[in-house]
Amino acid sequence: MADTKAKPGVLLDIRNLRIEATVYPPGEAPKTITLVHDVSLTLEKGKVLGLIGESGAGKSTIGLSSMGYGRGGVRITGGEVILNGRDILKGGKEGFRKLRGREVCYVAQSAAAAFNPAHRLMDQVVEATLLHGTATRAEAEKRAVALFKKLSLPNPETIGERFPHQVSGGQLQRVMTAMALCSEPDLIVFDEPTTALDVTTQIDVLAAIKDAIRDTHVAALYITHDLAVVAQVSDEIMVLRHGRLVEWGGTRQIIKEPRQEYTNALVSVHEIEHQEQQPDTAPMLSVKNVTAAYGGGHVKVLKNVSVDIYPGQTLAVVGESGSGKSTLARAITGLLPPEQGSVVFDGRALGNRLSDRPKEDLRQLQMIYQMADVAMNPRQTVGTIIGRPLEFYFGMKGRERDKRVAELLDEIEMGKGFLDRYPAELSGGQKQRVCIARSLAAKPKLIICDEVTSALDPLVAHGILKLLLDLQQVEKVAYLFITHDLATVKSIADSIAVMYRGEVVRYGSKSKVLAPPFDAYTDLLLSSVPEMEIGWLEKAIKGRRMESAGN
Amino acid sequence: MSAPIVKLVAQRIALGILLLLAVSVLIFAGTQILPGDVAQAILGQSATPESLANLREQLGLNDPAYIRYFRWLGGVLTGDLGTAMSSGQDIATSIKERLWNTLFLAFWAAIVAIPLAITLGLIAVRYRNGWVDKLISGVALASTSFPEFFIGYLLVFYFAVQHQWFPAISTVYDGMSFGERLQAIALPAAALTLVVLAHMMRMTRAAILNVMQSAYVETAELKGLSASAVIRKHALPNAIAPIINVVMLNLAYLVVGVVVVEVIFVYPGMGQYLVDHVTKRDVPVVQAVGLIFAAVYITLNIIADIAAIVANPRLRHPK
Repeated sequence: MADTKAKPGVLLDIRNLRIEATVYPPGEAPKTITLVHDVSLTLEKGKVLGLIGESGAGKSTIGLSSMGYGRGGVRITGGEVILNGRDILKGGKEGFRKLRGREVCYVAQSAAAAFNPAHRLMDQVVEATLLHGTATRAEAEKRAVALFKKLSLPNPETIGERFPHQVSGGQLQRVMTAMALCSEPDLIVFDEPTTALDVTTQIDVLAAIKDAIRDTHVAALYITHDLAVVAQVSDEIMVLRHGRLVEWGGTRQIIKEPRQEYTNALVSVHEIEHQEQQPDTAPMLSVKNVTAAYGGGHVKVLKNVSVDIYPGQTLAVVGESGSGKSTLARAITGLLPPEQGSVVFDGRALGNRLSDRPKEDLRQLQMIYQMADVAMNPRQTVGTIIGRPLEFYFGMKGRERDKRVAELLDEIEMGKGFLDRYPAELSGGQKQRVCIARSLAAKPKLIICDEVTSALDPLVAHGILKLLLDLQQVEKVAYLFITHDLATVKSIADSIAVMYRGEVVRYGSKSKVLAPPFDAYTDLLLSSVPEMEIGWLEKAIKGRRMESAGN
Repeated sequence: MSAPIVKLVAQRIALGILLLLAVSVLIFAGTQILPGDVAQAILGQSATPESLANLREQLGLNDPAYIRYFRWLGGVLTGDLGTAMSSGQDIATSIKERLWNTLFLAFWAAIVAIPLAITLGLIAVRYRNGWVDKLISGVALASTSFPEFFIGYLLVFYFAVQHQWFPAISTVYDGMSFGERLQAIALPAAALTLVVLAHMMRMTRAAILNVMQSAYVETAELKGLSASAVIRKHALPNAIAPIINVVMLNLAYLVVGVVVVEVIFVYPGMGQYLVDHVTKRDVPVVQAVGLIFAAVYITLNIIADIAAIVANPRLRHPK
């Protein structure tokens, strides 16, 4: 144990960390699974280490172990976590409480959920500082205001008096960073701090976090699944998979000369070859001058929107949250009857309300959602879920239905073995495939895909997109593809509508929309997509400053 | 106070008044469906067709039902609840004292039960799934499962008969000192506390546990707050709305549901009064008591609704 003494300059030294959890699979005896297999890492003072990998790679679990914290029933069962020269795992509960919020602070993925809705922001920002007695309330508040300024929050003097719901998501994420910095810790764990944000917001928050790290000399573990993002802020990158170390090296080495095959797969860009189709026939579905509002006409969310969807083709609708993308889908499906305008399908106007539409119209328009697991009844088997539209729309029963379900399972590249499985037993990608099969079962002419790959890991999302394109070839179905991810759009769209604050600001075939000259918003959107290139962030931010300066 | 909250509160109050009017119609209609009328009841054996007709004319019983309803409603609104048939006394006067007694008992039972239930709920969450949690839940559930009269007699047996600390019969009268009154109601208040405790405790526990899954609770834990501070400062304020709701339901029960306990302890409250007059088929009294109980119930529920609205920071501080 003579080795426990830390090397000079080393802040965090994790050795052979092993983390386990007990899971309770339905109908089986509880069993212990290992989430992290003997992972070691060291982090020097003031440096940033990026932890990257798919969901289930153990990134967050390792990050939280530096605070001695395990979510749910997660336990640290082996190894050492040496922070500032001592093994914190030996300190017990009291020891953990003393270091949390003082030596190590945490920035969560969704600041909107991580702030307590019942308390004012300032009370939450200074809470840890006061708890550990490192400053008086006046000092802590002064420090917080200085941090709000540094993170370029609007009205830094007064923003602390607000409640979380009165502040936007991007601002909350910055307030949370200020909260972590307020107690002047040695280490901050950033857990996907920009994943829940729009691309145009992400870039500002990313720049603010990077500046704050540089100026305060705090060390950081930066957890994300987005390699392009982590490349902007990290000194070193550690690639993890299934709780094991895949590769660990300098940022430049990982993204330029990956040594492992898996890293290579993550780094390489996954362009899907998709030949743009031209609108040669009459449109199958036309949205004509639709205006829609929530709250009895108070909040206009769609303003005079017109788009066309052609048979067997894909229209991608892009824009940030709140731009009206999903509302457009709700207006088309009849869930939100438009105030003005109409939806024309196959040459005739569809009923405004869902209840005005005959079953046949309902069948022709199907939907797939972002959250596959909440879009399925957890108590029904895959066979029942896919079979339901067959019974409902076509009256299929018994063997005929089972045969069709088997065919559909084949089409989504899942075998018959999945018939009797429950959604909880499937992976995220498999769940989304089942949802695709369910919508295909109705033999629709149009499927509305609402952010269907946003919750998935990049490699899994890639598979889903390829499947959707293949199915389009076979079934001749059209897609209305709602997304905020421009890379997805480039892969699959035939035409694109860019939405901003309820209006379509740019609309046309893919090649036309993605070719200059751009309007201001589309330009901002395109230039905000992180590129896997060191120094991209600085360049992008500089480009914006130039623009706002009028150059 | 901001505009949306004032509007919501005004809506709730208006709805409550409307509901109370509807209840008054129901109570009035219910007593009309019963066979016989007041004239018959007053004259009893000595009724002749002529005297009946005369009295009906005198009392205005020949008017259409809606006119009689508004006459009754008008009386209620001006504090005139009518006259009891059995005793000929003014109902408002006899109710006043009894209502006061009932509220006095309910108040003291609530003063003990509500903080106790919430504290026990907090402790149960702090030591959730451990033996402390199980003990609290077990005892509270057991006390609720026993019928009220059983708990009442048990308390009488121990504290009045064996130890003689408190009286077995809770007589209260004018001129009693405050301390004497408290001593008189100690046992019925304790019985009521035991009856309502578990419901509020379990709800507090469930509401807080629900919130404990939230990301902000994790944030608080990662700031180094102790488990009880996390529950008290971060979980409880967000669980307050369902807790208030169940507290108000139990408060209403303490006022309108205490019949059995009042009878056991011979306490001169509203419950006793109601039971007495139901057996005597004294319709005006039953109507009046029914309306008062409904008013209490609706008022407490409005308060619960308003408290839940005010507890929501999104409504208190709009964007």
